[in-house]
Amino acid sequence: MTAASEAPVVAVGRSPVATSSRPGGPVRGGRPTQVFLAVVAVIWIFPVAYALLGSFRDYDYTSKHGYFSLGGFTLQNYKDAWQQANFSHTMLNSAYITVPAVLLTLFLSCCIAFVVARFSFRFNLALLGLFTAANLLPAQALLIPVYRMFRAIQVPFWFSDSGTLLNSYWGLIAVNVAFQTGFCAFVLSNYMKALPRELYESAVVDGAGVLRQFFQLTLPLCRPPLAALATLEVTWIYNEFFWATVLLQSGDKYPVTSSINNLRGQFFTDNNLVAAGSVVIALPTLVVFFVLQKQFVAGLTLGATKG
Amino acid sequence: MARRPKYKGIDHLSPVDRVVVGLMIAIPTLLVLWLVWLPAIASVLLSFTNWDGIGPISGAKVIGLKNYSDVVNIYPPFWPAVQHNLIWLAALFLVATPFGLFLAVLLDRELRGSRVFQTAIYLPVVLSLALIGFIWQLIYSRDQGLINQVTGSTIDWYGDQRYNLWAALLAASWRHVGYIMLLYLAGLKGVDPSLREAARVDGASERTTFFRVVFPVMAPINMIVIVVTVIEALRAFDLVWVINKGRNGLELISTLVTSNIVGEASRIGFGSAMATIMLIVSSVFVALYLRVMMKEQR
Repeated sequence: MTAASEAPVVAVGRSPVATSSRPGGPVRGGRPTQVFLAVVAVIWIFPVAYALLGSFRDYDYTSKHGYFSLGGFTLQNYKDAWQQANFSHTMLNSAYITVPAVLLTLFLSCCIAFVVARFSFRFNLALLGLFTAANLLPAQALLIPVYRMFRAIQVPFWFSDSGTLLNSYWGLIAVNVAFQTGFCAFVLSNYMKALPRELYESAVVDGAGVLRQFFQLTLPLCRPPLAALATLEVTWIYNEFFWATVLLQSGDKYPVTSSINNLRGQFFTDNNLVAAGSVVIALPTLVVFFVLQKQFVAGLTLGATKG
Repeated sequence: MARRPKYKGIDHLSPVDRVVVGLMIAIPTLLVLWLVWLPAIASVLLSFTNWDGIGPISGAKVIGLKNYSDVVNIYPPFWPAVQHNLIWLAALFLVATPFGLFLAVLLDRELRGSRVFQTAIYLPVVLSLALIGFIWQLIYSRDQGLINQVTGSTIDWYGDQRYNLWAALLAASWRHVGYIMLLYLAGLKGVDPSLREAARVDGASERTTFFRVVFPVMAPINMIVIVVTVIEALRAFDLVWVINKGRNGLELISTLVTSNIVGEASRIGFGSAMATIMLIVSSVFVALYLRVMMKEQR
């Protein structure tokens, strides 16, 4: 998964966000279950809460009084972590990679999905298979050829200051797009297939070409799955670690997630700094988690035949 | 529009439209062929050569299965890595996945507070495994970690060979459980309520209903979960790479491939042999996954 670290998957069924009330009245034995779930939930939230708490503690204070004390609250860790980890730089790098990669992924998957859903080409299932399988292959198994190819391909310096695709944002973006397109195309094509064909019929009668059908008819109707997929892909590509680590070898191009590798060595003497750093790194995805939760979950479980 | 073309059916394409449709297919397809399928084939081919990556590729000789026999026989980290991958798989498959399913079943009863619990449990799913390795340092580190502070032990949980794999697995499971729970929750919501109702009318207990009716109906989801779990175990990488680049008790096949290529010793043919082994294992499960998907499509 790594974003791509994670096996993206198209689940069958409705989104769990949608509530369904079960027939058959109240469930028996509810109380112990509730207690059990509450305990699990607290355990699950604990590492993040612990990081959050530690990030506001002063190192000298906690090393003297231990973590089970009160006091020594400070914002200094964030200041230090931000500067030492050069977050203003790596956050920007993450944006350079994530934004174009997500936009390209969504656009290209829309193209594929549109053709597959709109025209009954015989090979459309095979085509989807080709893309979906690409999504699941282990990235490390493809590393050698991609790495050598990127090193050998010369590009102009205005395109990449390294002169090759290795160590360039566009090379990394292309890899991310290639890996993520399959999943998105699959979800989108399922959605597009459910659009009534009469819409296209009237568009064609009106003389609209394929491009106009695509941009003015299909894309506006696909806003819900696009919102869900955009949320999901932003998270995955922001979280992507492997390709960024091996393809961008100079540290100054590393996005946030890949820079974690260096931070561990840098911060190892001060756990409160680790905590503050973790919170900063998690922040964009936590925003997704709290603000766009519905979209995120819908994206993970979308593409259903029954959806 | 000056001239309205004559309507010749919804699927009729003008010459311009043909080019447009062609491009819409060709550009993404070429990208995926170039960056996924071509490298996959190249990995397999390179695994039969002795290319060292320094000279031109034309200078490489085909040496048959020698790389494979070297990997299996004279490369010390290989078998430990295989073992670690298998342990990884077993832990995810036997502990994390069933626990995720169990939580999904409990949450699906929609008791009061379920939504909040569900949210808490899937929180780790939005975090990258690299970050998870980093965060768990707060718990595992030898001098300042939570475990050692509470218990007074001096074990280096990430460093000590005896424990670090399990420490990493606990952190990985933390995330996997939430992911599986989410998938099963969606699956459970998709089960036709009348099936449950019928079982209830027939006097089946909740447990019987689940194992005899609900679980079998979720066969496609079960398949997907199996594939996801296997693939996750096979390509586990980020977490251990952040901990120590996959050394000292944390060797995995993925980290061996990477260190053979990116590190100072670039042994292309040799690394490709391990990459090919990964490809073969994963392709079995990818095929399985595709079969389920295609069936759902019809």
